[in-house]
Amino acid sequence: MRPAWSIIFFTSISGLGFGLAAWLVLGFVDLTNPEHLLVVGVATMALIIAGLLSSTFHLGHPERAWRALTQWRSSWLSREGVLAVLALIAMAVWGLYYIRHGTPPFWASGLIAVLLALTVYATSMIYASLHTVARWHHPLTPVCYLMFAASSGLMAVLSVLAVLGQKIGAPLLLATILMVASAWGVKIIWWQLAGAVGSGSSLATATGLGDLGPVRSIMPPHTSENYLQHEMGFVVARKHAAQLRAIALLVGGVLPMAALFLLAAAPLVLTMALAAHMAGIFIERWLFFAEAKHSVTIYYGDAH
Amino acid sequence: MTSLPEPSAIKLGLVIDLDICVGCQACVVNCKEWNTSGYGAPLSDENAYGENPSGAWLNRVHAYEAGTGADARTVHFPKSCLHCEDAPCVKVCPTGASFKRAEDGIVLVNEEWCIGCGLCAWSCPYGAREMDPSEGVMKKCTLCVDRIYNANLPAEDQVPACVRTCPTNARHFGDLGDPGSDVSRLVAARGGFDLMPEQNTKPVNKYLPPRPRRVADDTPVSLLAMAEDATPSGFWKWVDSTLERLG
Repeated sequence: MRPAWSIIFFTSISGLGFGLAAWLVLGFVDLTNPEHLLVVGVATMALIIAGLLSSTFHLGHPERAWRALTQWRSSWLSREGVLAVLALIAMAVWGLYYIRHGTPPFWASGLIAVLLALTVYATSMIYASLHTVARWHHPLTPVCYLMFAASSGLMAVLSVLAVLGQKIGAPLLLATILMVASAWGVKIIWWQLAGAVGSGSSLATATGLGDLGPVRSIMPPHTSENYLQHEMGFVVARKHAAQLRAIALLVGGVLPMAALFLLAAAPLVLTMALAAHMAGIFIERWLFFAEAKHSVTIYYGDAH
Repeated sequence: MTSLPEPSAIKLGLVIDLDICVGCQACVVNCKEWNTSGYGAPLSDENAYGENPSGAWLNRVHAYEAGTGADARTVHFPKSCLHCEDAPCVKVCPTGASFKRAEDGIVLVNEEWCIGCGLCAWSCPYGAREMDPSEGVMKKCTLCVDRIYNANLPAEDQVPACVRTCPTNARHFGDLGDPGSDVSRLVAARGGFDLMPEQNTKPVNKYLPPRPRRVADDTPVSLLAMAEDATPSGFWKWVDSTLERLG
């Protein structure tokens, strides 16, 4: 599948925003100072909105994007949109309550955290629900998205704490290191398991000519690349997949974990560590699309 | 509404005979010709006369070789929307632009609502949907909905453009929901099949397999032996016997 930058940015940055929002409502940052609440709240919502806006850049008709909120009964893309809007409203209400009455009751905060997690789950299900891309259609795909939203959100919490001059406890530091490690751990397992899943489709089933013997494509229906091949026949990455995975792990996992372990507490180091983690997630997300094979490529002679 | 309707009694679709298709591309061209001026936005092309032309087409003909050695054969393979009963493209649509008609099962796109996200094309295992490069909306086979119900056309033209134009009669149109229809009987008689049944899309369109090869007696035939063995009759018998006598 062609890795569109707008979609890579959308899934990673909105994941970061939703993750950070979840940790904030769960009380990981002291927001009793209204100025802090405003700045952190607006920044978090800006991340989410930037991600959502970015997802409209690849649309043929962005001005009609509101229509995508209507089909939540059948479409995961629609559910993602509806949940994201609900989550943003809930966050705003949570913030207003916080300013007026102090910390909201835990059940309300917990419910919002669940809503945020569900939104990330819906993002992942846009891809995981597609039978046509065997690699995505795997139970661990949503887990990867949720884990990276949680890990990047927690990394962001550390940066926020450092910038606000709040104390970062050793348990939180350790928890973040573990979170980052387990997010990449799940991703490594996904690379092994989901990558090995076949689609069950072949040129024999695609053409129904398998009974006649081996089938091979001898002539494409057109002389140059069409929409289907451009959109779904992206093959550039496969050659370098192993190297890119190693780079993603190093930049997005090893580097930030080492920074937290050795040099924690300095705001600059924590922000750099977050940036490195996000860079790793960008590469991981790029590979998520670039390595994915769509069943239509079978018709064009791609072996599955 | 992008939830699928209850399966309709009438299931309009195509039956494509892979034994007959010669890959002439006439259906492809007539499809483009009709649909560029029919339902919805025109089917645009980009760089049509340049080095790498591209554009939206609703019907494309692949060519495959099946089998090996002397038994291998070339199979021309037209492919367009299969109007699946369990159409994934309809369910993933976030706007309700993609829909399946409850009355006859035709899958269509409401181009006024389509946001051009492309997710329906991702969900289709067959590559039946293509984004229009200039309009930014999804295009697909309409089963020529603007021909088949069009009372202004003569009866013989009230079939999809691809079916009407096929010079070898490899394409058939009809109601696959009615077991007694011509197309259903054709499918039953010839062992019509679904493409990628493992994708669980339940396509309405069916494909008919190439007929089995007729097995020829492969003993070489000697024309000389045939000539020597022949016993002439009538005029040639008289010529033969007369020449024998002279000899």
